[in-house]
Amino acid sequence: MSGILKIALKLLVNDKSKFIALLVGITFAVFLMIMMMSMFSGILARSSSSVYNIGAKIWVMDPAVNNATSSIPMPDYVLSTTRSINGVKYAVPVYFGNALVKLKSGAYQAVSVVGLDDATLYGRPELIEGKIEDIYSENAFFVVKDAEFKKLESPKIGTEFEINDHRGRVVGLAKVASGGLFGIPTVYTTYNRAITYIPSMRFTTSYILIEPKSEADIPFIQQRIKKLGYQALTRDQFVSKISDFYTYQTGMGLNVMMMTAISFIVGLSISGQTFYTFILENIERFGALKAIGAKGRELITMILFQASFTAMLGYGLGVGLASSLMILAKLRLPSYAAQVTYTNLIFAFFMVLIMAGVSSYIGIRKVLQIQPFDIFRG
Amino acid sequence: MRNVAIKANALVKWFGEGETKTTAVNRASFEADFGELLYIVGPSGSGKTTLLSMISGILKPNEGNVQVEGKDIWQMKSDEIADLRLHKIGFVFQDYHLFPRLTTVENVAIPLILKKMDWNKALKVALEYLDIVGLTDRAQLQPVKLSGGEQQRVAIARAIAGNPDILIFDEPTASLDGDTGRKIVEFIKTKILNTERCVIIVTHDSRIYEYADSIMKMEDGKIIGFERNTLTAL
Repeated sequence: MSGILKIALKLLVNDKSKFIALLVGITFAVFLMIMMMSMFSGILARSSSSVYNIGAKIWVMDPAVNNATSSIPMPDYVLSTTRSINGVKYAVPVYFGNALVKLKSGAYQAVSVVGLDDATLYGRPELIEGKIEDIYSENAFFVVKDAEFKKLESPKIGTEFEINDHRGRVVGLAKVASGGLFGIPTVYTTYNRAITYIPSMRFTTSYILIEPKSEADIPFIQQRIKKLGYQALTRDQFVSKISDFYTYQTGMGLNVMMMTAISFIVGLSISGQTFYTFILENIERFGALKAIGAKGRELITMILFQASFTAMLGYGLGVGLASSLMILAKLRLPSYAAQVTYTNLIFAFFMVLIMAGVSSYIGIRKVLQIQPFDIFRG
Repeated sequence: MRNVAIKANALVKWFGEGETKTTAVNRASFEADFGELLYIVGPSGSGKTTLLSMISGILKPNEGNVQVEGKDIWQMKSDEIADLRLHKIGFVFQDYHLFPRLTTVENVAIPLILKKMDWNKALKVALEYLDIVGLTDRAQLQPVKLSGGEQQRVAIARAIAGNPDILIFDEPTASLDGDTGRKIVEFIKTKILNTERCVIIVTHDSRIYEYADSIMKMEDGKIIGFERNTLTAL
């Protein structure tokens, strides 16, 4: 580190009260921004969990569907027609619904039910206990062993329960890549059992899952499905549609954006004000440096370094604090929906750079205005 | 033969325009030699500080020119003037303007660091200058823990650390008691001044006039007297 930067660093960190105030301001702002964005990212990721867990390349749905859990059942001919489209390797129905489970203790628990195509079990979860063929036995269900598993009183293979007044039996425990958004357990069964056990409308197919022959066939398949009056989306497109729904149509995105903006403004105000005070208190010394022979660009370098150093340290502390809190929260609440993404980190970093830039700009303006003659005049 | 360090020629400086125009320095000309301790004296508002600022490359005159070691400094670019101040001129400000968050030795090292000297080497050299002003044992203290006289000596050490040819003191005894003030000036005269250095002191402290080689008196922006080796004229 060059001598001039060492001086800048010492001037900054040796003024402990201001340095701490600056750090607290930036750390607090970064902490709030990261928390808000991470919670939102977590919610978005959870909202698309079914799409990730099933793993199909193409999803056919009613165009009005805006999130995975609010499917609009489609008539059977859509499935038949889909299967006849060139480029479709195979297409299977999948059922998504909700039911009430009566547990051994007598308590009721809402569950999310996924009915997989009887013939192929396409989209089945990875089993951690039990055998896949047992799903065809009477009243058979797989239970996903995730953060919500305890709400079903931690069933074992062979545990029986009532689901919508039908008998159900656990034949396997499964794991999935991502837990759901609404904090209810998930059970898997066959498509036909699902539509039998759960009251349905006239049509029962929630989605049609397509495996295309090749990636090149996807546009053609989408075009043909569109002609049927339905919509075929790739996995990424469906995830994006769900994200857009939560971001723009629920108010959640706006709220998070507002909170992030407020965090930024609070951080900017604290850091800007404190840094400005710091510069004002040292203004005569900067003037003295000028008189001694420091050039304008050297003083600018000092101020930029001071602002950047504080900003980067505050950023690191803020990210560390937010991550630690999330880890603690997840230890306590396994279903806690928050995830730190690179996008969040980059966004917060960019915001911190703006804070450093604005704070520096104010300081630089002040320092460049001071004339050594003012130092002589006292 | 005279060896001129600074030559000021018909310097004029005014502030404001129209009705608010005030002439702070009016056609001031003088020369200061190497090996000379020159006092600029006069009442408050007489233009001493303005004159000092113009000859040290801090305030541009409206008219006239200043030659430092034969070079017209106001023909230079701003970075060149900054370099001139760094390499040729040392300042001791009235309020010292030491950095309270730096140690004494770090304060003294500032001109050396601005000259791009390595940090550790600069501290080592600074320590030598602290030794000259007798404050080696105060090297690691912050300036606020020093007395006024000690702070003055630290400011002197900082000014001479860059080994400048010209040293400029602005009211060096203003905030010191009589004894300390005299000791400081005596120290400047005996330890700091030499044949290759010119020292200019702005003061209105008559108690230290006896140490001057020359005294230049100002009033209302004009030089009204210039005497060498004499006190009685003032």
